[in-house]
Amino acid sequence: MRIRCPLCGERDSREFHVMGAAEWLARPAPDAGLEAWDAYLHLRDNPAGPTRELWFHEAGCGAWLVVARDTVSHAVFEAVPAWEAGA
Amino acid sequence: MRIKGRGRIGANVSVPFSFEGRRYCGRAGDTLASAMIANDLHFIGRSFKYHRPRGITALGGDEAGALVAIRRFGAFIPNQRPATQELFEGLEARAENAWPALGLDVLALNDLLSPLMGPGFYYKSFKWPRGAWERVWEPLIRRAAGLGRLPVCPDEAPYDQAFAHCDVLVIGGGPAGLMAALAAGRAGGDVILADPDRRLGGRLLFEEEEVGGRAGHEWARAIEAELREMENVRVMARTTITGAYDQGTWSAVEKVAHHLPDGDAPLECHWRIVAKRAVLATGAIERPVAFAGNDRPRIMQAGALRGYLNRYGAVAGRRVAIFANNDDAHRTARDLATAGVEVVALIDARADAAPPPEGGDFRFLAGAVVEAAHGRKGLTGLTIRTASGARERIEADCLGVSGGWNPALHLSCHLGARARWRADIAAFVPAAGAVPGLEAAGAANGSFSTAACLAEGAAAGQSAAQALGLKAELPEIPAAGDRAGGLKPLWQVSGARAKAFLDLQNDVTVSDIQQAAREGMGESEHMKRYTTFGMGPDQGKNSGVNALAVLAEATGRSIPETGTTTFRPPFDPVSIGTIGGAGRGAGFAPERHTPAHEYALSRGAVMGDAGLWKRALWFPRAGEGNWRQSCDREVAMVRGSVGVFDASPLGKFEVLGADAARFLDFLFATPMRALKVGRMRWGVMLREDGHVMDDGVVARMGRGHFLVMSTTAGAQDLWRHMQFVRQGLRPEWDVEIVDAGEQWAQIVVSGPRARDLVNSLLRRPLAPDQPAHMAWKALTIAGVAARLFRTSFTGEAGYEIAVPARYGAALFALLTERAEAMGGGAFGLEAMNVLRLEKGHLTHAELDGRVTLPDIGLSRLLARKGDFIGKAAARRPGLMGPDRAELVGLRPVGAVKQILPGAHLFRPGLLAVAENDEGHVASAAYSPMLKSVIALAFLRGGRARLGEHVRASDHLRHVETLCEVCDPVFFDPEGERLHG
Repeated sequence: MRIRCPLCGERDSREFHVMGAAEWLARPAPDAGLEAWDAYLHLRDNPAGPTRELWFHEAGCGAWLVVARDTVSHAVFEAVPAWEAGA
Repeated sequence: MRIKGRGRIGANVSVPFSFEGRRYCGRAGDTLASAMIANDLHFIGRSFKYHRPRGITALGGDEAGALVAIRRFGAFIPNQRPATQELFEGLEARAENAWPALGLDVLALNDLLSPLMGPGFYYKSFKWPRGAWERVWEPLIRRAAGLGRLPVCPDEAPYDQAFAHCDVLVIGGGPAGLMAALAAGRAGGDVILADPDRRLGGRLLFEEEEVGGRAGHEWARAIEAELREMENVRVMARTTITGAYDQGTWSAVEKVAHHLPDGDAPLECHWRIVAKRAVLATGAIERPVAFAGNDRPRIMQAGALRGYLNRYGAVAGRRVAIFANNDDAHRTARDLATAGVEVVALIDARADAAPPPEGGDFRFLAGAVVEAAHGRKGLTGLTIRTASGARERIEADCLGVSGGWNPALHLSCHLGARARWRADIAAFVPAAGAVPGLEAAGAANGSFSTAACLAEGAAAGQSAAQALGLKAELPEIPAAGDRAGGLKPLWQVSGARAKAFLDLQNDVTVSDIQQAAREGMGESEHMKRYTTFGMGPDQGKNSGVNALAVLAEATGRSIPETGTTTFRPPFDPVSIGTIGGAGRGAGFAPERHTPAHEYALSRGAVMGDAGLWKRALWFPRAGEGNWRQSCDREVAMVRGSVGVFDASPLGKFEVLGADAARFLDFLFATPMRALKVGRMRWGVMLREDGHVMDDGVVARMGRGHFLVMSTTAGAQDLWRHMQFVRQGLRPEWDVEIVDAGEQWAQIVVSGPRARDLVNSLLRRPLAPDQPAHMAWKALTIAGVAARLFRTSFTGEAGYEIAVPARYGAALFALLTERAEAMGGGAFGLEAMNVLRLEKGHLTHAELDGRVTLPDIGLSRLLARKGDFIGKAAARRPGLMGPDRAELVGLRPVGAVKQILPGAHLFRPGLLAVAENDEGHVASAAYSPMLKSVIALAFLRGGRARLGEHVRASDHLRHVETLCEVCDPVFFDPEGERLHG
């Protein structure tokens, strides 16, 4: 698999470290309550189809990216920097 | 035998080789298979289950009969196909599945016992009779199982890996592939053309036919030369594309030095090729017709028979018969007859078949079939059934069989697509769009005539180039034959009682597949597993469709309804060594060395692994027989005078910016915002789920400048985490993080004489509290700008001196030698671990990812103002409260003096079972200062239980120790020694 890093161009997936769903960007407020925190920490969809994930271009520029890809077709649609993406 | 004047290889250069210890001679350009045929070696192995004689059946990787072991770098590599091994001088091969000898094989008895060993035999042996599996079947099957025998020594052959990118990958160098590469290459595209053979040409190398007015193989040679001249075309000979993967990625195996005697060059290279477009021009594979005794040596594919004649001048018999259901095989009879080989009969199953238009001096039988083949170790004769139903015996010592051709479509199915059935050619073809960007052309697409291959290849190459925006012209298509075969399906001939084989490698017969259908295994995937059909190295490449046809008939369905089994990578067997490439031994993972690595080795350091780092574990001295003696001496040295320790692998992250203080305050559970410039603070970080992630020391270097010194093992994870928090959670803050871990060497100086040692290097000596404990200062040591941190992991007065990495070795050497003059010296990780344990300092043995702040006595941090990572979740029920196991010390009080990490803790009177479990031992070591084993442990409600006794029970190593619960700080609890 290859990911088109917005800073470096198309790179092999072995340059990246994957963290999981992009929801990690939507950190609840400290006082949001246990339920919100439980959802943030533990509850994830497991989609067959389009998904958004956090990938770290560890062996490249060091940017955290939100990568949109399809878990069925394995197509990679786009990658945007985490600081521009939002959850 | 070799036919004089035939063949296209170097007739004058002889190449000696051996088989089963006997010496033979082949010719330059031979494969092992052609050399064996030329030397009349036809019975060259035995089959898997029944140990029946096996010989060569094919020209390439679709070989289903003959497997041999070939000596490589001292070991015999099993399951090699003679047809894919080019001959080299001194090649040594031997037969497989034969004991004690090829001609006299004990397990050939299995053939007589075969009624007991039908399909599913193995599964049935599990069930009945009771107990027989363990006592009878398993030992028997284990002894007999396996195709070939694996060498027991390490694989010493060199392998490599490589990567390539291109616009158009052309898979196969036959007429279709050559034209495709020509079209795309002339258009200026970056082209890779890969073919398993040493030369391009595909079937043209094996045929007597004209292309563009000259011999096909010569035409191919001219096109290959033109392609090799183009700078934008890379011809990869001896390269098989083995798998299709996502995004136009292909795996390939290049046999770099496979055709040479053992040497330095890699035997094979594993390629990953990324191509924008691809052309599947893999040709077709000839399929058999099953009949009784069709597995005898000297029965082979009709196309292989004439291929060995035309390319190598080698023929497997002197009286040859041909049995076919199509026109293509007529060429075999024609070529043999032209070469002067006696053709006894051309047996064509089609009642309406016409004799070859060229004629020929042989008997032609239309509407006749071969019912049985005779001969044990090689074919001696045939029983045929003529059109009128009469049976006749024909004397023949070699038979070419053709049931038609199957497109080699396997790669098109690797991403999950199913092949499409074409009734007009009675074969599966690649489905359109099966692999994005891939187009099939020529025989791989079911278009079998040479003319169609040339035209489709050219069109596919042109459209691939055009799809990439290149201006591509259609190359001129040379004139070529347009005969396609006129096949009438025939899968098997029934009538005789003897076994009719479909899978020659795994000994699966027509009746096995019929029996599988009767026993409920009528689905193709069930049939495969039940009978083991197609599980050998050929993966059912040649007879797969025959097996499906037999299954379809047995279950009353059509072939497309029955469907194929799944084709997965690799298309051709790939050895594990090839996939591993150079990644073994020292090449398996990179090693990280500190600047002082070489010096430490020169001082006899014993190295150990800490992640990728090599770290000195201890520095043995004369008279020390084991690590404990060295470790105890090093501990006493640090406590008594001074020790020097290489701490360079620690993570070192510079955090800069106007919001740097705020950032670290958010990152650490320990407050960092108020840290003064010049001061340092130990702190812990939580994961967002509230557990302790890691610890580290933060030094404030300036107003907007901090240095985070983290654990060696956690440095990589911390880097990702810090960047995630900065980029993902707090992008609006002004913070930059620099990983300076490898820019600095960091040396620990520790012990009551640490200050004396450091002062010996300084022009102006340090005062006792300069800098104070947990403070730092910049200074110059021997003319080098350095950072001096006053900190201690050992509990002794100590410093960490950081210098630019290039001075690390010199500083470590200087400090070590001066320390030795003061009665101290270098110490390693083992002693450091004992020293920190004596002080109750934590490592990852304690901070194992399951520990919370209250567990380690830091619950006060949860009351801290402001948000930080993990704060919200750390106060969840279950992460605090009386049931949590808390950090305590343990020391043995009974007869057993050993405590083992991993042991679990129980109240002395209670059974050591899971319900009574109260915690575990995290780390333990012998303390030379306390003359006792000491341990750090997590014990339920532990801090309130100091002085109580617990039982540490190690169920794996069977060690039980009665322990007293004590404070985790064993040595110098008041911390007086810190100040020197």
